[in-house]
Amino acid sequence: MSTLPVLQRLAALLPGGRLLTGPAQLASYESDGLTAFQERPLAVAVPETTGEVIALVRFCHAERLPFVARGSGTSLSGGSLPIKEGIVITLNRLNSILRLDPAQRFAVVEPGVINAQVSVAAAPHGLHYAPDPSSQSICTIGGNVAFNSGGAHCLKHGMTSNHVLGIKAVLATGEVVEWGGASRDQVGPDWCGLFVGNEGLFGIALEITLQLLPKSECFHTVLAGYRTLEQAGDAVSAIVASGLLPGAIEIMDALALEAASAAVHAEYPPGCEAVLIVELEGPRETVAVERVRLDEIIAASGPVEARPARDAEERLAIWKGRKSAFSAVGRLSPDFIVQDGVVPRRRLGEALRHINAWSREMGVRCANVFHAGDGNLHPLILYDGRETGALARAEALAGRILKMCVEMGGSITGEHGVGVEKREYLPDMFSADEIDCMKRIAAAFDPRGIANPGKMFPVAGAPALVQHGLHPLEKAGMISRE
Amino acid sequence: MAEMLRPVTVDELVEAVRSTPRVLAVGARTKSRLSAVPGVALLSMTGLRGIIEYEPTEFTFTALAGTPVREIAAALAEKGQYLPFDPMLAESGATLGGTVAAGLNGPGRFRYGGVRDFILGVRFVDGTGRLLRLGGKVVKNAAGFDLPKFFTGSLGRFGVLAEITFKVFPRPASRLTLRLPAGDAAGVTGILTGAAGTRWDLEALDASLDDNTVQARLAGPEAAIDTLAGEILRRWPGRKLLPDEALEIWREAAEFSWAHPGGVLVKVALTPAQLPALAALGNALAGVRMRVTNGGNTAFLSLPSPVDAPRLGEGLRTLGTSALTLWGNAPLWPAGRDKPAIASAVKAALDPQNRFPSLDES
Repeated sequence: MSTLPVLQRLAALLPGGRLLTGPAQLASYESDGLTAFQERPLAVAVPETTGEVIALVRFCHAERLPFVARGSGTSLSGGSLPIKEGIVITLNRLNSILRLDPAQRFAVVEPGVINAQVSVAAAPHGLHYAPDPSSQSICTIGGNVAFNSGGAHCLKHGMTSNHVLGIKAVLATGEVVEWGGASRDQVGPDWCGLFVGNEGLFGIALEITLQLLPKSECFHTVLAGYRTLEQAGDAVSAIVASGLLPGAIEIMDALALEAASAAVHAEYPPGCEAVLIVELEGPRETVAVERVRLDEIIAASGPVEARPARDAEERLAIWKGRKSAFSAVGRLSPDFIVQDGVVPRRRLGEALRHINAWSREMGVRCANVFHAGDGNLHPLILYDGRETGALARAEALAGRILKMCVEMGGSITGEHGVGVEKREYLPDMFSADEIDCMKRIAAAFDPRGIANPGKMFPVAGAPALVQHGLHPLEKAGMISRE
Repeated sequence: MAEMLRPVTVDELVEAVRSTPRVLAVGARTKSRLSAVPGVALLSMTGLRGIIEYEPTEFTFTALAGTPVREIAAALAEKGQYLPFDPMLAESGATLGGTVAAGLNGPGRFRYGGVRDFILGVRFVDGTGRLLRLGGKVVKNAAGFDLPKFFTGSLGRFGVLAEITFKVFPRPASRLTLRLPAGDAAGVTGILTGAAGTRWDLEALDASLDDNTVQARLAGPEAAIDTLAGEILRRWPGRKLLPDEALEIWREAAEFSWAHPGGVLVKVALTPAQLPALAALGNALAGVRMRVTNGGNTAFLSLPSPVDAPRLGEGLRTLGTSALTLWGNAPLWPAGRDKPAIASAVKAALDPQNRFPSLDES
């Protein structure tokens, strides 16, 4: 083995000064969407080809040098938080759509391709890429794959994993594998399914084959205001029981409405504790029939007011208000914690009553925006870090909510992943044997423990993690979260 | 055949796995080739049956792995719901666990996805005899590795499924099937790719390469699908099937009753553009029957005898497709199989003592 310093040998793999080591260069990689945590890596590697990524990972394996793969750094669970004694491999320059086959409806992309760009490229063919995380204008497919990202349309269309047909990846051992492909079927174990959502613990995806779907021809989007959250919840149950399959069912509570009104001047029915947004999609003939049924159900659910979007512009306005809600609430408070636990849909009302009661009892304000169709909560817990004890109270509320989700038979995370943020809660959901089983699988992919160590699994003695304020990109209005 | 172990409780299942050094779980053995493995004891799952939880408002159910899918379909239908991938071989007695282990989808796979897309969670016994639960019981979950997906298609070689949780959808109000003659295999590809990319939102898109005919199924409100059917028939000549006729065609597809009984049945994963080459390959083999489903992404080939199986395998390899034999005396992986080092490492992680046969033992 060469006796040259590690970074010098690493730099030789990336000609043209693409190994960043200066403090100013490293600063912007110190944290991701979970801004509470900052860590300065040894260096940031900026590969431009898959060959360079493979060489970097093989180098890391040989040197036992930890690495964290990173796209746009929008993870809300600290998934791309750097490691002090390791490097960051940033994949933004691997941003080519390698192939787009409109007849067979698939695209092969590099990991640094931006989520929304896939749909932009597919649009001239009447196709789109369905998963739509709120950060879709900036987040990358590589990051979506690592964390199995969701979005507002998961009930009908599923998460990232349901749209990945094939993966070429370099594993943490340096082995290069190719699983699946352009076919919407396969034989043998579903390796792509296992890889998606690995949180960077297995390796780095180099080429991803995505299925594309025809764009929906027609939408019917309704915004309905209710006096109480329970009424909004009951309306969701009635819609679900009716046999309709909406593309999205969302609820915003009063605090979220207040914030969205202030931020994007969205107008909501006055005096409402909750607003429900429901969207049907499909061929115009189908939507024409189903909208009648939906409008009847909503009318019977006792809303203060129900407003169907009359055109595409009104539909976009409804979604703009919804998607801005989180960053808008964030502006109400210097600091906040955001979560994405899941409860069984029928227990949404009960879950919200608990959250509101605890919020009052503990003197911690909490806004709720959630994917009601799949029971995915997004409580945003507000606090002021300068106030003594405020952080501890906010953390205590966050912990109670996550434990409630598990006790109700749900999950600690619906779509943001475990990352560093929720790793201490993994044992609430899985037994020691189950965590051991997952660790053994992680070790099979990464026997030297160099791929994104410290994520997903509990770390003894780790400090509690808290979200402080808006992400810089949120402040700039570039991204929003759900 | 030696007497089979047949646990009737999950505890008995754990005990049976722990006490058997070489073991493979089987359901109703409707995909008989998948469990034709020498030197292992077979563990019948048919005693572990029943729906454990079904909450129609949650769009989820959990059932024991040995539950016949027919029973599940009936329970779901009572509440106006269904498994959108149309489980195969239901009438023949296929079990839920066998459906997952085989990774086999029916015609409805085309619209919303397959077994892998609707499985949410599993409770399983690993090779060390531990009973573990991974995945979740709610429709959305991103905590931990997605072992439930990995088990789809893994043929029972990494663990024994005890319980499985699935997502379900509301059943469409009505259905309508169109039969569209396509002339030749290239014509079939043309209709399949042409119809798949449209606004019609088809539920199923199948074809026969024996008579080069496409079957397209619409699902939704009656008035809507009737209008859509008219539009499709203006683009391609064909006809609407009567309800009974349509039911029979889809039953035949789901039960493989079109295939040679006692012959070789092979599933092929491919893309629609590969269909003409597949048809050419098949037509060179005596007595072949060929069906296509999933918009041209899955094909089933039936041979009357194993004689031509080696030629078929060689042809599939040349085509660059992957394949699995479901029935008959032919290699389990007719087109071969990649064997990356990681596959053995994951096998060792879940089954360190090789209690379950490897994917190569067949």
